[in-house]
Order: sequence, then structure tokens, then C-alpha cells
Amino acid sequence: MAFLQAAARRANSFTGKRSRLPYLLLMPGMAFLSIFFILPILNLAATSTQSPAASGEVGSYVQTFKFSNYANAFLESREQFARSFIYATLATLLALAISYPLAYAIAFKSGRWKNLLVVLVVAPFFTSFLLRTIAWKQILGENGPVVGPLRALHIIGQQTTLTASAFAVVTGMTYNFLPFMTLPLYASLDRIDPRTLEAAGDLYANGFTTFRKVTFPLSLPGVVAGTLLTFIPAAGDYVNAAILGNPSTKMVGNVIDSRFFRIVDYPTAAALSFMLMAAILILITVYIRRSGTEELI
Amino acid sequence: MADASTSSRGDLKLTRITKSYSDFNAVDDLSLTIKEGSFFALLGPSGCGKTTTLRMIAGLEEPTAGSIHIGTTDITTMKPYQRPVNTVFQNYALFPHLSIYENIAFGLRRRGIKDVKSAVDKALDLVELPHLADRKPNQLSGGQQQRIALARAIINRPALLLLDEPLGALDLKLRRQMQIELKWIQKEVGLTFVHVTHDQEEAMTMADTVALMHDGKIEQMGSPADLYDNPKSAFVANFLGQSNLIDGKIVDSDGDNFVVDLFGQKVSVLKSRSSAKDASVLFGIRPEKLRIQPSDADKPGNVLTGGRIVDVSYIGVSTQYQVEMPWGQEIMVFEQNDDGIPPLAKGDGVRLSWEPIFSFALDGHEDATAGSEVEVSE
Repeated sequence: MAFLQAAARRANSFTGKRSRLPYLLLMPGMAFLSIFFILPILNLAATSTQSPAASGEVGSYVQTFKFSNYANAFLESREQFARSFIYATLATLLALAISYPLAYAIAFKSGRWKNLLVVLVVAPFFTSFLLRTIAWKQILGENGPVVGPLRALHIIGQQTTLTASAFAVVTGMTYNFLPFMTLPLYASLDRIDPRTLEAAGDLYANGFTTFRKVTFPLSLPGVVAGTLLTFIPAAGDYVNAAILGNPSTKMVGNVIDSRFFRIVDYPTAAALSFMLMAAILILITVYIRRSGTEELI
Repeated sequence: MADASTSSRGDLKLTRITKSYSDFNAVDDLSLTIKEGSFFALLGPSGCGKTTTLRMIAGLEEPTAGSIHIGTTDITTMKPYQRPVNTVFQNYALFPHLSIYENIAFGLRRRGIKDVKSAVDKALDLVELPHLADRKPNQLSGGQQQRIALARAIINRPALLLLDEPLGALDLKLRRQMQIELKWIQKEVGLTFVHVTHDQEEAMTMADTVALMHDGKIEQMGSPADLYDNPKSAFVANFLGQSNLIDGKIVDSDGDNFVVDLFGQKVSVLKSRSSAKDASVLFGIRPEKLRIQPSDADKPGNVLTGGRIVDVSYIGVSTQYQVEMPWGQEIMVFEQNDDGIPPLAKGDGVRLSWEPIFSFALDGHEDATAGSEVEVSE
């Protein structure tokens, strides 16, 4: 833990003999992380390379360092893996497209309604995630307000349903994670000094150019934070696919769920969990590097 | 887009400009002509409408009534980005995500001008910061940001450069230095500068012409010396420097002069320095124009006798006296410490004298304290 020592040294140079204080302050957090994050992760890592016990008893496994579990798990579920990332990407892009104008309007155009609108953005969090997902199913369902008009306008076929489809899963995720996108976007847009926008206009930039050259670049930290906060939970989500999808819209989260709790195949489930985590880590590292906003996050 | 830098040149003309908000007029029927190539200062206390006027010229606010011309071009309804006008903002408003180089190049790039590099280099040289091109704004000191904001505006060679309290955030020493530099740069580039400030000293140091604004109107306009020596109202007399204003009555006319009775003592004032409407006047004299002598001395010119020193402050270059006159009013006197005579003491009886040409007379029905209690906020 090099950073701990560095922090302690720094504290030491400021406060002299109080050098133990930073460690003491870190203790509760570190203890919590060790017990509830590091130990389970190590346990999961150990599980991921186990084989079924010789006794053949269901749910009983022994450590054999069987790394081929990873290859097998991936080959069996690569379709769901791919789907997870495609759905999560779609939901993230949709959320961005909806949230950016919303956050922009709240930050720059809402006047005295600003705080109320921010509260309204957060309001869905007052109900449970599960409830919201089920509500979404109702909205898209046969008796909901969406299907009828769309059929009447011949935008969808008379027999087409919206529930139990990829459409329902992706829009459900978009809806559920929208506040995670809107809030960081709003925070970064609201921080922009309106005088820099006036300065851009003063320096011959019209409205669109001002947005392209000043507003959007200055809101990039919010875009990066919002897309990460949406993409990461969306990629690992299984509730939306379970409630709003059908067997052919299963995501990797659903596979992990069924391996753990239905088939009781702990090693495969653990290997899948690890691969999902690694894939997300790699993707977001590349993303943050590419967007050049390391210093801003 | 037309090349904004050359399409319209000439004097800036504001014609009967009014800006109304729901409950008051920030700018009230204001007309003004600013000569091309001049350094013009809009001076006034906060809330007088000077910044609103500037923002209307920049196109950031739309006038409720009236028109704005540069030369013969009507720019009243043009968008900010269509006007040959650039602004140095009060907080500089540099683009935090762009390098200093790109900040300065911004206007040129928007207008699609070639050879950005040499223009930016020249602008950086002008403000003497060529080594900072690759930095970001937040890595610069306030004074450096101020110069970059100036370079970013000047590089576009606007018909009009607007400066909105550009030195307000700098410390006193840096401000003095930048005042001289701004003046020099204005001469160097030959652009019209319109400078908004609440600092009367700044306005007087830098500007060729000063317009003193009050309640959305121009109170008086002229050269700094003109405004200082010949104020037309108590507000101007008190806002620009300090003035002693004494109630008096015009009792006689004597050639170029009026004879004024001040509580029984007769003094004179040039008719050309009087803006009195009837016999009742506020007789004005600046503290540094007064000479103070022991009461037995005999001096020519205008004289007021019977004073008594109630306070003495020694400031080094000068000594400030508060002198109580027989009618109860306290008169302020600044005396240069250049004669080797030790300052007079508190309680001494004195007489005050001055050259008649230094005094002025205002309309006696005015409030003698107007403009003096306007505290200038930093």
C-alpha cells in the first residue's frame, strides 16, 4: 500500500507527531473494504478455478486450478457477453442523447425552476429499481399508453408487441440509468461560466460554433462521468433483461445469475463474473485515455 | 461572414439609447459619440448603467429603444458575433480548456483567417508574454490572464475595443502598471478603446475623454482636466476627487466674474465656471487649491477669514487640515509640504486664500453631498 505510506509521510511533514492519525482515519474504510470487497473477491477468484468434487454432490467443489473454466465459460456465453456490451452501449448512447439537452436546459435556461428540476431528475430514485422496471413493463404492455398509438399510426405492425423484446430491455435500461447520466452532465454544464460563452460570441462564434468549440468541450468531464456511470451498471445488469426480455435477449448478468442460483455451477459463474469485471475495466481505461480527461475525473 | 475588422470604421454613435428592466431604466435616453481612435472612459458608481451601456455596444444586451452606429453602419440589432467589436471581460473569461495560443487564435480561426501563427506571435509579443503560449489559463497569474484577454481581443483589430473593469481584480501596484501599459498599447495599435470603470483615478489617468454616468444618464462629459476643474454638478464635483461646497449668493457682477457672498464674506468666481440658475449657488473650491496662513497674514485673491484648525493629518508629501469656519462648516485643505515651514497646529486661527480662477459655482438648489457618499467597492 504505497499510497498509504505516501499519505502518512505527507501528513507527517505537516503535523509532526500526529503521524498515526491518517492510518487511524483510514482504518474503518480499509477494514470495511477488506472484509466486504477484497476477501469476497479472493474467494471468488479461488472458486473460479475449482472442479466438481469427486463425491458428485451438487454444489460441492474442490480447488484444482482449472483455468480452462474461463475458456469454457466464455465459449458457452460469448453471445450473452456481446449482447451485454451492445445493449449497454445502446442504452448509454440513448441516455446521453436524452440527458444532454435536458441537463443543458436545466443548467442554462431554467431560471428559478432549476432546483425543482434537479429534484425531479432524482425523483425516480425514491422508488425501487425493481418497481420502476415492472412499471416500464406496464407502460410498454398491451394495455399501456404506448402500443396503441404506435399501432394506430402504423409505426409498428398490428401484431407487434413491445414487451419481451430487445427494445424493451434497452429502453428499460436507458430509463433506469437516466439520472446517472443527467446529474454529472448537469453538474459540469452548470459549472461553466456563462461569460466564457459570451466571450465566444464576442469572438465571432455563432451559437452552434460556441457549442461545438466551448460548451461541449467544457462539459466533457460530465459526458465521461455520465457515460461511465451508465455503462458500467448497464453492462452488468440482469434485472431489465429478466423482466423486460425474452430468452434471446439474455445478458451475461442473467447467465451468471442462473449459474449461481439455478445450476449451482459456482466455478463457471465466478469465471464469468471475473471476465465481465476485466472487460469493463479494460474498456473504461481505454475510454478515459482516449477522451483525455484523466485530470478532470 | 464579412471581414468584420475592416467593413465598418468610424465614430461610435449611441442615439437615445434606453434599456428598461421591469421596474427601472438602467440606461435612460443616452446619446453619445465616441471619436474613432480615442480612449474613452465610462465612469460611474456601481449601478449607474455603465456596464449595461457597454453590453449593449457589444451586443450582449438589446436596447429597449435607440440605435447604435459605428461609422454609418447600424449595429443595433446585429448579433455579437457579427459586430466589429471585441470585449475584454471583467473576469477575463478565457477559455479554460484551450491553451493560451488557442485562446488568442480563437477569433481569427472563427473568421477563417490564414496565417494565424504570426498574428498570435505578434499579439503575444505586444503583451510581452510570448513564453506562455502553451500554458492553460489556470496556470497564469491574474495579471497575465488580463494581458492574454487583451491580446485575444486586440488581435482581431476591432473597430472598437470594450474593456469592462479590466483592472478591477488586480492589486494596486499591478493596476498602476497596467494603466500605463494599456494607454501605451492603445496608442500603439490605434484602436478605439471604451473603458468602463468605477475608479475615477483610473479613468482620469488613461482616457482622453471621460463620461461620468449617474442613474443611467451622462452627468458630464469632457477631458479629465475639464471635468475636474469645471464640474457642472455637485455629483461630479464630489465623485471626481474632493470638493468643498459652500452655500452662497451671487450679489454682484464684475466683468468676467460674479461676486459671491459666503456668509458675509465676498469672493469671486469666473462666469464661465458658473452653472448657477439663479442667485443661489454652491460655491466650490478643491482642497489642494486652498492656501492656509496664520490669521494675521495678508494675501491677495479670494480670502475667507475666521477659520480655526480642528484637525491636522501629516501625510508626508502633504498635510491635510480640517478648518472650521465661523458658520460651522468644516473646510478641507491639502497643503504641499514644500516650503520648509512646519505645519500649523490644531486650534490655530487661520485664513484661507486661493486664486479666483480655481473656484467654481454650482446650482445652489443641488444636494451638496451628492456623489460623496457613493462608496467605491473594490
